[in-house]
Amino acid sequence: MREILYRLKDRYHLGTPTFQRTDLCFVTVRRDEIRAILTELRDMEGFTHLTFLTAVDWIEEQLFQLTYMVNNREANLSLGLRVLLDREDATGDTIHDLWPTAATYQRELREMFGIKFPGSPRVDEEFILEGWTDLPPYRRDFDTLAYSQQTYNDRPGRVTHDPKTHMQKTLYPSYPKGAK
Amino acid sequence: MTAFPNFEWVQIAYALLTLFIVINYGMVMTAVVRKIGARVGGRYGIPVWQNYVDLLKNIALRSKISHGVMYYLGPVFRLTGGVGLLMFVPTIYGSEWHQNFSYAGDLILALYFVFFGTLGMALGAGESGHPHSAIGVSRGLAQVTMAELPLALGVYALSLQYGTLDITKIVAAQQGSIFNWTLFTNPLATVAAMVAFVGTMMRSPFDVAMAPQEIPIGPPTEYHSSYLALMQTNRVLFPVAKTVIYMNLFFGGATSWAEFAIKVFCLYMISVVIGVVHPRFRVEQSIRFFLKWGLPLGVLAILTV
Amino acid sequence: MKDVDDKFRKTDTEVPLREELRPRKVTTPDGQEIDIDPLRDYFCEAKPKVHPKAYSKIVEDFYNWARANSLWILGFGTGCGAIEMRPLMTPRFDAYRYGIQWRPTPRQANLLVISGYLSVKTLKRAIRAYEQMPQPKYVMGLGSCTINGGMYWDSYNTIKRLDDYLPVDMYVAGCMPRPEALLHGFMELKRVIREGKGEGANKYAENFDQYKANQKAVIKDWDMPDYNW
Repeated sequence: MREILYRLKDRYHLGTPTFQRTDLCFVTVRRDEIRAILTELRDMEGFTHLTFLTAVDWIEEQLFQLTYMVNNREANLSLGLRVLLDREDATGDTIHDLWPTAATYQRELREMFGIKFPGSPRVDEEFILEGWTDLPPYRRDFDTLAYSQQTYNDRPGRVTHDPKTHMQKTLYPSYPKGAK
Repeated sequence: MTAFPNFEWVQIAYALLTLFIVINYGMVMTAVVRKIGARVGGRYGIPVWQNYVDLLKNIALRSKISHGVMYYLGPVFRLTGGVGLLMFVPTIYGSEWHQNFSYAGDLILALYFVFFGTLGMALGAGESGHPHSAIGVSRGLAQVTMAELPLALGVYALSLQYGTLDITKIVAAQQGSIFNWTLFTNPLATVAAMVAFVGTMMRSPFDVAMAPQEIPIGPPTEYHSSYLALMQTNRVLFPVAKTVIYMNLFFGGATSWAEFAIKVFCLYMISVVIGVVHPRFRVEQSIRFFLKWGLPLGVLAILTV
Repeated sequence: MKDVDDKFRKTDTEVPLREELRPRKVTTPDGQEIDIDPLRDYFCEAKPKVHPKAYSKIVEDFYNWARANSLWILGFGTGCGAIEMRPLMTPRFDAYRYGIQWRPTPRQANLLVISGYLSVKTLKRAIRAYEQMPQPKYVMGLGSCTINGGMYWDSYNTIKRLDDYLPVDMYVAGCMPRPEALLHGFMELKRVIREGKGEGANKYAENFDQYKANQKAVIKDWDMPDYNW
């Protein structure tokens, strides 16, 4: 793994790699280099499988983080590449020409985070949600509880117990001493 | 009165009685067969009167939606096929009551009625407009047409052998000893026809028309309430009526209701037993099966008569 | 209930009708100009009718007995409860002995089991399936999700009360209810039907406008006729 990173480091800007395990590593790369790195990893280094493409909403930093996880089956290596995008009008680079499956991930990200991927096939069609007009629901400024309370009727009478005190009361009603 | 020299009005009542008995017999028998299947699988199984309850429930449904005249006539045709098959074949040999309307050429008519219900169903299901119906009908028609071939050949072999198209006479020729049955006098024709029998009983491995798993549920997709009740009635009547023909032609007929019940049950169980141990054929596989095994057997049966 | 951030307000925008469903002018091959409105032309929009009971009480009771003993369930699974229904066919539970069967088409089914959480997208399909079933028909809600949202109480696309959208005859509580609970639910439903109280379809027809308003409040892209025969 380290040799691969050394080879990449000669030509690309890589951040500090985080090793989760010996065969799993995450590294931050620049946005304009991600396609080149992915192409090289796929064609030269044997990372033939795109495991997933997902996003994290860093709302405090006003950033979206895209995570491309690629896998080398033969050597059993997984490499995660992080790309940071500006949260305002976030636009990513499509990689559907490298892995056709990426088109589906990008469609999902478009719907759930509102990250645009110009050129990706069918990216603007609705994926899971039908007729969604609000903020993309996985964004952290979308308050899912408030949305659900404003949209769906509650049945009155629902209470929430703290599990610890509730079980204590049911199972040991006289604990602590003197309490009833 | 020249057309029906022996016709008497009371025969209609007798025939209706036969129909009544056969429908009830079919209701109970199919439920018993399902119960046997359940017991084999370790389940308790449905109650034996479940068919009656289902029928009543379907009749008791309040809303019906029709898709047109042919949609309405589909189940009617289907039931006509079953009833007609039963009506023109002697159910109990030698009994004046359950002789029904059998006449000299009834074998030809019986062959026609075996096919009639499927055709009617095709028209009705076609008008319901559901794609699953259309798929099921085309599969069913293709398969039934192929399954008819060995049956027709076997039946021709039989009529050559006995020199008649009258089922009553064929049954009469088989009386006396078990070795007079066509099963022993002409085993090739029997086997050819039994291939068709298994093929048209709508049981696995030849139930691709209904295909409960992939195209739920084939032709009757849009049928509900009373329409479905009609088809349910036919579904218990038709196999019994068809089995009666086979019983008459190949297995010596029946001289009493007890003999009838036992023989029909055993014949029906043939297709059931084959069904539970065989996975389903696709339609082209079953067609190939009938052409490869059923058809040569039928031809051989004719040649060796 | 947990306090809610009041700052977040949901936006309520209309979703435009899909292009192929919009009314438009079409030129036929022989040159005529005709107006077509796909939602009206291809579907019957008649509202559901309230169907009266049989005139005689004895007949109606008899019918109800038959309906109770021949419950045909639509094989339509939503959420995790669909997996709890399968054991009912197996030797251990064997629901067939109570006259319960699974049917593959809504036209032949009497009982719609909403087996768990119902997302808005699935609700649309459930409504269509329900409306195609012949009367009288029954709805059974499985699990806390159909009762008050259950663990999806704060989900953005899962409804919380099933009886807002469909008339429910019987709830089975649990998360998920085990097959034994389901069987008990079926027994209770049978009792309700035998007593002649299983009139959910008529209730739906009587309060049709209210049910439709509730349904349309959550299903924004309503691209089907109001009543699906």
